[in-house]
Amino acid sequence: MYRGGLGMLAWTMHRLTGVGVLLFLFMHIYETSLILQDPSVYNHALEIYRKWWFKPIEFALVAAVIYHAGNGVIVMLVDLLPNATRWHKKAVSYGAVVFGLVMIPVAWIVMIGPMINKFSK
Amino acid sequence: MQATRARPAGRGWEWFCWLYMRISAVVMIGLVLGHLYFMHIVNSTDTISHEFVSQRLATPFWRIYDLVILLFAMSHGVIGTRGIIEDYVRKPGLRRGLQWTLYVLSAAFTIAGIYVLVAFQPGQLSR
Repeated sequence: MYRGGLGMLAWTMHRLTGVGVLLFLFMHIYETSLILQDPSVYNHALEIYRKWWFKPIEFALVAAVIYHAGNGVIVMLVDLLPNATRWHKKAVSYGAVVFGLVMIPVAWIVMIGPMINKFSK
Repeated sequence: MQATRARPAGRGWEWFCWLYMRISAVVMIGLVLGHLYFMHIVNSTDTISHEFVSQRLATPFWRIYDLVILLFAMSHGVIGTRGIIEDYVRKPGLRRGLQWTLYVLSAAFTIAGIYVLVAFQPGQLSR
């Protein structure tokens, strides 16, 4: 069934963000496991998360999760509601706008603010 | 390739996986967005530390919360990645190899994650 380029692009992004978040989950489990060792070990590992260059990566992670959740809702609606071929592209377009708007405060709080903070010190 | 994964016919294992992806998704929308909000917006990677995580894991609520996220996220991720391998890797041997690598790796990390959440005792080291 042909559903148009935009729908396929959204699905490809869904898969890429999904695999990306799964890979992060592996790293996240490893890093959290350091909590069983001396506090200095865990705190030392967390210093990487506090570096200025990590902030864009952290933002990418948060954005990937939010994208995956948002597109996941569209995927479920496509399964549940009739005539999905007619409105799926439109839902993806509107979804992209909502995603962009949500990303503005998220980028500020997670990435831009902390980076300004670190450079002004 | 199409724009979503088609619902499998019948009521077999593939259908169960298809349904499970949607059930786990609905559960995780609340849990994972809550986790992101609490750890990255209310708090941040600049403020979390061994002390913070110890206090957090001292309450059974957060331990169970984290355990539920771990199990749902890992199983959802494994089924999703298994589907991707199925769609893109056509050689049967390579496909099986990649899928088993995925299963073994994710099982090992899941066991490690459960162990951390169960075995950790707050204050055992920091006092």
